[in-house]
Amino acid sequence: MIFEGYHPLDKTMFQVMDEEGNIIKPEYMPDISKEQMMEMYQLMIQTREADLKALMYQRQGRMLTYAPNIGQEAAQVGSAFPLKKEDWMVPAFRELGAWLTRGAKLEMIYLYWYGNEFGSYMPEDLKILPVSVPIASHLNHAAGIAWASKLQGKDEVTITYFGDGATSQGDFHEAMNWAGVYQVPVVFLCQNNQFAISVPRGIQTSSETIAQKALAYGMPGILVDGNDIFAMYAAVKEAFDRARRGEGPTLIEAFTYRIGAHTTSDDPKRYRSDEEVEKWKKKDPIDRMKKYLMSQGILTEEENEKIIEKAGKIAEEAFKYVEASGDTVLEDIFKYHYKEMTPQLTEQLAEYKAYLMERGEA
Amino acid sequence: MAVINLLQAVNQTLKQEMKRDKRVIVFGEDVGLEGGVFRATVDLQKEFGPDRCMDSPLSESGIVGAGIGLAINGLIPVVEMQFMGFSYPAFNQIISHMARMRNRSRGRYTVPMVIRMPYGGGIRALEHHSESTEALYAHIPGLKVVIPSTPYDAKGLLAAAIRDEDPVIFLEPKRIYRAFKQEVPDEEYILPIGKANIVKEGGDVTLISWGAMMRETLKAAELANEKGIHAEVIDLRTVAPIDQETVIESVKKTGRVVIVHEATKTLGIGAELISIINEKAFLYLEAPPARVTGFDMPFPLPRGEQHYIPSPDRILRKIEAVSNYLT
Ligand SMILES: Cc1ncc(C[n+]2csc(CCOP(=O)(O)OP(=O)(O)O)c2C)c(N)n1
Repeated sequence: MIFEGYHPLDKTMFQVMDEEGNIIKPEYMPDISKEQMMEMYQLMIQTREADLKALMYQRQGRMLTYAPNIGQEAAQVGSAFPLKKEDWMVPAFRELGAWLTRGAKLEMIYLYWYGNEFGSYMPEDLKILPVSVPIASHLNHAAGIAWASKLQGKDEVTITYFGDGATSQGDFHEAMNWAGVYQVPVVFLCQNNQFAISVPRGIQTSSETIAQKALAYGMPGILVDGNDIFAMYAAVKEAFDRARRGEGPTLIEAFTYRIGAHTTSDDPKRYRSDEEVEKWKKKDPIDRMKKYLMSQGILTEEENEKIIEKAGKIAEEAFKYVEASGDTVLEDIFKYHYKEMTPQLTEQLAEYKAYLMERGEA
Repeated sequence: MAVINLLQAVNQTLKQEMKRDKRVIVFGEDVGLEGGVFRATVDLQKEFGPDRCMDSPLSESGIVGAGIGLAINGLIPVVEMQFMGFSYPAFNQIISHMARMRNRSRGRYTVPMVIRMPYGGGIRALEHHSESTEALYAHIPGLKVVIPSTPYDAKGLLAAAIRDEDPVIFLEPKRIYRAFKQEVPDEEYILPIGKANIVKEGGDVTLISWGAMMRETLKAAELANEKGIHAEVIDLRTVAPIDQETVIESVKKTGRVVIVHEATKTLGIGAELISIINEKAFLYLEAPPARVTGFDMPFPLPRGEQHYIPSPDRILRKIEAVSNYLT
């Protein structure tokens, strides 16, 4: 029972593993197999490698704007791992690790950032919503999806992701309030990566933690070390279990750091120091898990190299596929907005096609 | 006179207005320390301090709502929406309060504030970063909606917006933020809000546009010229209220009109212009007024955007069709 021992007003941060990869709270160590641990580790590496490749492609002018996840892999993989097949995920936009953990294809995610709407198309068997760019607006959707689960007696929970900046929006407060009032099975996962573009967390809120905001809405909240994958897993698992038992929503603040830029259009040197970044690099969530896995004899340096190499290849292949996909097919621009195109759209498409035809471009 | 781009013109005007009037304050997401994601507010915090140029929480409703309060209580807020596509969380504040405080209070309270927003597509941006929804705001009584198309206009119009006693939505065409430079006087000057600009005179057909689309429209006018069609080109500059007189005078002269906008076609500013023309110059028309616009769809992601923005060639075809109508 983690939440009983960690009240958000105590300001203590829930940790299972220290920064050297030692398990300091064995009583909270999640009950997961070595294979599962390796799977989690691979997902973190896959996320990291996919980010690094995307950044490289972007610099080469082959990828559009991209929002990297570096530093937040544990918060994402750790929180998405306890989801079951029937559960829902409602992401913001910087959730590569969570998407991959949930089973989304890297090709799709790359395709979206590459500028093709089909990157938002989710296969039927994946209950994941597409990227939501307007900050915090998706939190109400998560509350609604979870409310529907409750109203229809469906055994499923919802997790939704957002940043510290999102907590300044009305939608955050409305969603939390709504979820509390109707006691719906949803987990609000705030990745407090300390910045909303250039604006530090101190300008988003003057409450000491984001986790404590839970109290005002009548739900438990907990501050978790977001770079500790076991702590993330354990806290989210417990929140899911509560939700499944009908005990309502939970707010989790994953305390972490965005190592890279906000997006590839951003220059973080303008608003933060190298020393600060260096300090956080020492807390790298991947290094930390690696230390643990090595100390337990679960991972060797050699295997580690292989995992990294394989992840890099997968990212390359995914991008090759995406780059070969070309431009959006003209009809696709028109055909998905309504079940059937309106007379206006039909006319506009026909007129435009006639124009292209005249130019010999259709 | 310095040669500067549109973004620099905005920055210079903000500085001059803040210097001129201590009541002018600037805030919004990332506008302080960083100087805005486009750098429109760069150096303002350095020059005027964190009490006159500040970073706000990520809260559009808060930015506009607080701005309304500040304006009622003696200040002149010039706030930034990071992108037009993110102004909708503030929609309630803009429509329910900013636009009608003067009317509601029978003139007792006024909201002399400016909301600046980068708008428009064509920069290969993410979803929600390419919106041209000026018609949404133009539709609301109480708002003035101003859109410059050059650095020179940006300076004169922004100064006018800041000095205006009513709330002004100031839309900055981000596609041409840095696209070209122009000589802009160092000293302050004002271009009146609600006054269109005849950019090019001609007798055969009237072209009406604004903002970033002026570039494509002017190119189309050149192409038409090569074909012997002499277009008169009007930059509307203010889409609410529309300068009816300039539009009508021109249509009376040419009898033919093509309106060009990047926004969706249905219920766009083009529809309003055609209504005005039908009401006030119907008997002068030689051809049905025509529109070249974006589609009734959200602006596509970059792999499809090339289809969306009217190209000079698409405009030219329409100019030809209108010119050849019944001749
Ligand atoms: C409503 C809205 N306003 C502004 C933006 C522009 N914007 C994109 S990301 C971002 C910062 C988000 O910060 P945070 O919520 O902390 O998430 P992070 O990017 O740090 O993961 C801003 C201001 C937006 N997408 N939506």
